[in-house]
Amino acid sequence: MIDLKDVTKVYRMGEIDVAALNGVSIHIDEGELMSIMGPSGSGKSTLMNVLGCLDAPTSGTYHFEGQDVGSLNDNGLANIRNRKIGFVFQTYNLLPRLTALGNVELPMLYGNKKNRRRRAMEALDRVGLSDRVNHRPTELSGGQQQRVGIARALAKEPSVLLADEPSGNLDSSSSQEIMTILQKLNSDDGMTVVIVTHDSEVANHTRRIVSVRDGLVVDDSAVAAPHQAGRGGRE
Amino acid sequence: MNPIEVLATAISSLGANKLRTILALLGIVIGVAAVISTMSVGRGAQAQVTATIQGLGTNLLFVRPTGGGQEGSGLTLDDAYSLIDAEAAPSVARVAPEISLAGTIVAGRESTFGQVLGITPEFLSVRNYEMGSGQFISGIQVQNISEVAVLGPEIAETLFGFRDPVGQTVRIGTGTGSPRHFTVIGVLESRGGSPFGNLDSYALIPITTAYYRLESQRTVQGEVTVGSINVQAVDVDLIDTAIAEIDTILRLRHRVTDTPDFTIASQQATIDTLTDTQETFVVFLGVIAGISLLVGGIGIMNIMLVSVTERIREIGIRKAMGAKKRDILSQFVLEAVLLSFGGGLVGAVCGVGVSRFVDDRELGGQTFQTVVTGDITILAIVVSVAIGLFFGIYPAVRASNLHPIEALRYE
Repeated sequence: MIDLKDVTKVYRMGEIDVAALNGVSIHIDEGELMSIMGPSGSGKSTLMNVLGCLDAPTSGTYHFEGQDVGSLNDNGLANIRNRKIGFVFQTYNLLPRLTALGNVELPMLYGNKKNRRRRAMEALDRVGLSDRVNHRPTELSGGQQQRVGIARALAKEPSVLLADEPSGNLDSSSSQEIMTILQKLNSDDGMTVVIVTHDSEVANHTRRIVSVRDGLVVDDSAVAAPHQAGRGGRE
Repeated sequence: MNPIEVLATAISSLGANKLRTILALLGIVIGVAAVISTMSVGRGAQAQVTATIQGLGTNLLFVRPTGGGQEGSGLTLDDAYSLIDAEAAPSVARVAPEISLAGTIVAGRESTFGQVLGITPEFLSVRNYEMGSGQFISGIQVQNISEVAVLGPEIAETLFGFRDPVGQTVRIGTGTGSPRHFTVIGVLESRGGSPFGNLDSYALIPITTAYYRLESQRTVQGEVTVGSINVQAVDVDLIDTAIAEIDTILRLRHRVTDTPDFTIASQQATIDTLTDTQETFVVFLGVIAGISLLVGGIGIMNIMLVSVTERIREIGIRKAMGAKKRDILSQFVLEAVLLSFGGGLVGAVCGVGVSRFVDDRELGGQTFQTVVTGDITILAIVVSVAIGLFFGIYPAVRASNLHPIEALRYE
């Protein structure tokens, strides 16, 4: 479903070119639960931006569901982001003025989807927040805000869920909740889930870990026995 | 995103920072209110002037010599009488020649400087005046060169205070000849503070008396010259016909074929000239008020730029969620237009309110009359919306061109 070949990304920082990706090739199949792991500065955030169609690669090819992403203009990229990709951010990135429901409806607003209210309610129900629909982000805990973030990514039924350090700002019990939800989405609905993290504990909840360092894939291996959040996770 | 959702988003964004929204509105409110109230005061003054002149009668024509009357080719009393001709000038109803002199008018210890008009009995009806008290000058008095005078109410008050001037004697002197005694036989009605065309400070005497007793200007042929001839047309619709008839008669009498030595001005022409002058003034005022509208527009642009900078993260989130350039663009443009349209509406209400308040009220010794017209109100609102659109586009383009990742990272 996702196919990256020799992707590089070079940023211009003043006079110097900084290569964030030095030729990355990754293939992700539908229904995978995988993580991209690496320390800060490894290029994993850049990789996540490229995967999420937020940024175009400098060279190499990126096919998303068979479509060449490199050939798309701004509007085309916006369309893919809107229809196919569900983002979950470390800092939640909810709009403070909108209620939980409003935030979940937002992407569908730009996609002109029908039955927005019903889909949003269902998504909030699936992350266990059906009693908080009219709360604003400031009235919710960090874990609850992240669950709104997941509901927002989920409601439009994307092809892939891209989570950037989804539990990075959360305490361990909230982290566990988030990981439970992500695992459940993968196992119950077959949702493709890609988690970007520096934390091997989080990465070990997935079935495959791609390790990135200095803009290169240094390791790509299956996890023998993924942790099950909400069971063995709590030590 | 459909238009209703864009609208809802824009309204909720504006509602998020109410104080700032109100301050941005205020600039436009003041601009629009200023435009509407100045224009309505201007239009009011115009209407006042037009009404005043129409009070004199719009079927009035003035025939005046072009050379100032000194060159011997001026208008004569005979010229005036020649216009009373049922065959050559059927459209002329009445003719009232006048001689205008500046003079000193004295009664007892009081004296005043004023205009002295030598006139005929027709003058009263031609100029559409009524008597306040006493009698007007009669034909016999004109024939007899009687030394009688009719005073304007202002002169009467200056000279006699609250006493009845009728039957009293005034002394009228004009430059050259020695002053003469006139018996006051009447006082004109008051026309009030209209800026021109009123006879409140005039003294009227028989035209013959003015000519033979006070000051005379004879033409080379020895004819009696007059300052101007007031002509009343039979009907307003016949003004142009009357002008043509008068022109023909006077050209024949003066033996001119090319440029005549007299001019014929209709009351309507006077109205048009004055209206034009005032229109220029009103437009000038409107432009000044319009500048404040422009300043209001710049205020909106400023607010929108601040708003874009403040909401870079929001823009990043919206873009990551799949908002296209045009979605962001339309959201911010609509916010600016809503601000200016709202300001325009409130400003229109304020402007109309101010105009209503000022109407018929005395301010600084002058009574203002205002006329609020729909066209100006609508124009002011439309212009304010256009200003919002114009000044809203730049901030909106800046917002829509933000890169999603940089916008998301923005702290």
